[in-house]
Amino acid sequence: MTAHIAPLPADLVSPQTERPTVLAVEDLGLSLRNADGLLPIVTDVSFSIREGEAVALVGESGCGKSITASAIMGIAPDNAVITGTITLNGKVISGLSPRDRRRLCGRHMGFIFQEPMTALHPTLSIGRQMTDTLRHNLGLSHGAATDRAAELLGRVGIPRARDILKGYVHELSGGMRQRVMIALAISCGPSLIIADEPTTALDVTIQAQVLDLLDDMRRELNLAMLFITHDLEVVGDFCEKAVVMYAGDVVERGLSADVVRAPAHPYARGLIDAVPAHDDGRTRLTPILGTVPPVGQWPEGCRFAPRCSRADGQCGTRPSLERHGPTDARCWHPLETMP
Amino acid sequence: MLRYLGKRFLLILPTIFVPLILVFLLLRLSPGDPAGMMLGDQATAEQIAALRTQLGLDQPIFVQFLLWLKGIVTLDLGNSIFFREPVMQIIPRYAGVTILLTLVALTLAVLIGVSMGLISAMNRNKPIDRGVVTTAVLGISLPEFWFALLLIFLFAVTLRWFPVAGYNPPSAGIVAFAATIFMPAMALGVRQSALMTRMMRSSMLDVLNEPYITTARAQGLPESTVIGRYAMRTAAMPVITVAGLSAGYMLGGAVTIEIIFALPGLGRMLVEAVGRRDYPLVEGGVLTISLVLAVLNLAIDLIYAILDPRIRYQ
Repeated sequence: MTAHIAPLPADLVSPQTERPTVLAVEDLGLSLRNADGLLPIVTDVSFSIREGEAVALVGESGCGKSITASAIMGIAPDNAVITGTITLNGKVISGLSPRDRRRLCGRHMGFIFQEPMTALHPTLSIGRQMTDTLRHNLGLSHGAATDRAAELLGRVGIPRARDILKGYVHELSGGMRQRVMIALAISCGPSLIIADEPTTALDVTIQAQVLDLLDDMRRELNLAMLFITHDLEVVGDFCEKAVVMYAGDVVERGLSADVVRAPAHPYARGLIDAVPAHDDGRTRLTPILGTVPPVGQWPEGCRFAPRCSRADGQCGTRPSLERHGPTDARCWHPLETMP
Repeated sequence: MLRYLGKRFLLILPTIFVPLILVFLLLRLSPGDPAGMMLGDQATAEQIAALRTQLGLDQPIFVQFLLWLKGIVTLDLGNSIFFREPVMQIIPRYAGVTILLTLVALTLAVLIGVSMGLISAMNRNKPIDRGVVTTAVLGISLPEFWFALLLIFLFAVTLRWFPVAGYNPPSAGIVAFAATIFMPAMALGVRQSALMTRMMRSSMLDVLNEPYITTARAQGLPESTVIGRYAMRTAAMPVITVAGLSAGYMLGGAVTIEIIFALPGLGRMLVEAVGRRDYPLVEGGVLTISLVLAVLNLAIDLIYAILDPRIRYQ
C-alpha cells in the first residue's frame, strides 16, 4: 500500500539471510532535570529491531519501558536529558533537533497507545484526525486523504469505513477504537511501530483480535515493531526477541523463546513464575517479594539485589550485561539453563 | 441538534421571567410613589389619587401583574411615566449602546484572556508565565470603577488619545466610535479577561497532558496544529463557559461604567428610571437585559454543540 521507508544504504543490507536493522538503540540513558539536579530514569538500554521483527520490552510498571519508547519517538518530557545513540534506518537520529525529530514521527515511526479512548481526540472526527496526519505527512489533497483514510480503515477490519470517518471516538467500541489507532499509526507508511501496551485496556476477547491484527500488519507491511508489555504470554506468542527491564535497566535480553523458557536473570524467572500457566501442574503462583524501588532510590550495584534470593556481597557492584547461556543477562549469579 | 437547541430554548424561559417577576414585586413593595414624584411637593391628595387611577396603580398587585404580562405578550410595555412615551420606543435608544459596549468588552476580554492564557501555558513556570499570572490576580482584584479612573487618567488626561467621556455611535464613523468605546470596554472587560486568562492557562495545561495530544505529536503534526487545533478545541470549552458568565456580569456591571463615562446606555437609564419610580420603564429595561442575556446564552450553547459532538446527542 505504501511507498515507505527511505531506501537503505547498500552496505547495510546484507543479502538474503540478514534483514536490515530498522532501529538500533545503544546505551540509551534518560534523566529528568529537576531542582535537585539530574534524576536517572533509564540507564544503558541497548537493543535493535530488524525489518519485520517484533521485539518485546517487558517489565513491571515504573521500570522505564514507556519513557524509553518516548525517547525513541522524540516525545520525551521537556526536562529529559537523553544520552546514547538511536539509529533509525541507518541514520543517527538521537542528535537531531526536536523539529527534525517530529518530522520522523508518522512518516517513519508510528505509535500505538494503551488506551485508545483517551489517545484519540474526543471532539474531532475520526476522519479529521486521519486526514490531518495524511495531509501533513504525505502532502495529500483533502479528497485523496479521505480516500486513503477509508482504505486504511477497511484494511484494519472496520466495516462501513466512510461512516466511521464521520464519527467520533465515543461512538466506537474499545476494539474498534484500537483498530482506528492502528490505522492511524500505519497511515503514513512508517518502518517502525511502537506499541505501548496496546491490548491492556481491552476486553480479553478483543485482545486476541487486536494482537492478530498487529501481527498481520507486521507481516504484510514488513514492519519493525517494538512491543511494550508486561504480559509474558504475549511475548512468547508474538515477539521474536524480548528485552526485560527492571528499575530503568535492561536485565535480560535474547530470543523471546529463550527468555520465556530459560531465563538467566532471577527477575525474569520471577516474572515468569508469577504468571499463571495451564500446563505446568503448579497450584500456587510465586510472587516476587517486595516492590520496584522508586526512581532516585535505586540501590548501588545490582538494582534487583534487595528482592533477590541469590544476592550476596558481590551484588553490591553493578553487573554488566553479559552472555549467559542463550541470553544476555545483567547478573552475577545467573540461573543455570534448565535442561 | 435541533432537539438539543429546543431543550436549551425552554431552559432560558425562566432566565427571562424570574428576574422580571422579582423586579415587578420589588418595585411595588418598595416605598415611593410615581404619582407623587411626578406631581411634586405641591400636589394635593386628590390630584395624586386621580393620577394613580389613570396609571392603573390603584389596582391590586396581581391585577397589575396580569395586565403587564398581557402587555409583554402583545408587545406593548406601556408608557413611561416620566417620559410619557411608549417604553418600546425609549428602550432601543439606550439598549444599543449597552449591547455594543458589552460585545466590545467581551471581545476584548476573550482576545486578551485567550492569548495571555496561551502564552502563560506555553511558558509554564518561566518568568513570563509568573508575570501573566501575577497580573491576572491583580486584574481580578481591581474594582472596575477604579480601573476606569486609571484609564481616564492615562489615556484621556495624560496621553490625550481619547475623550474623557461621552459617546459616538458607530454611525459617526468607526474611529470616532472606537475612541469613545475603548476605555469603557476595557474597564468593563479587564476583570473578565483576567478570569479568562487563568481559565485558559489551567485548561490548556490540563489538555496538554492528555494522551490525544501525545498522539497528535507522535503522528508528526507540527506544534502549531497540535496547539491550535487539537489542544485549543478542548481547552476552549471552559473559557467559553466563563465568557457566557462574563457576558451576564458585564450587562449588569455596565451601570457603573456607563455613569463614569457618561454613556447613554440601558444601565444609566435604569438607575434614573428607578429613581423616578418609572415602573414600566424599569420593567422594560430589565426585560431587555434578560432577553439579551438569554440570546447570548443560547449562542454559547450553540458554540458548545458545534465544538463538542458529545453534547449534541445528549
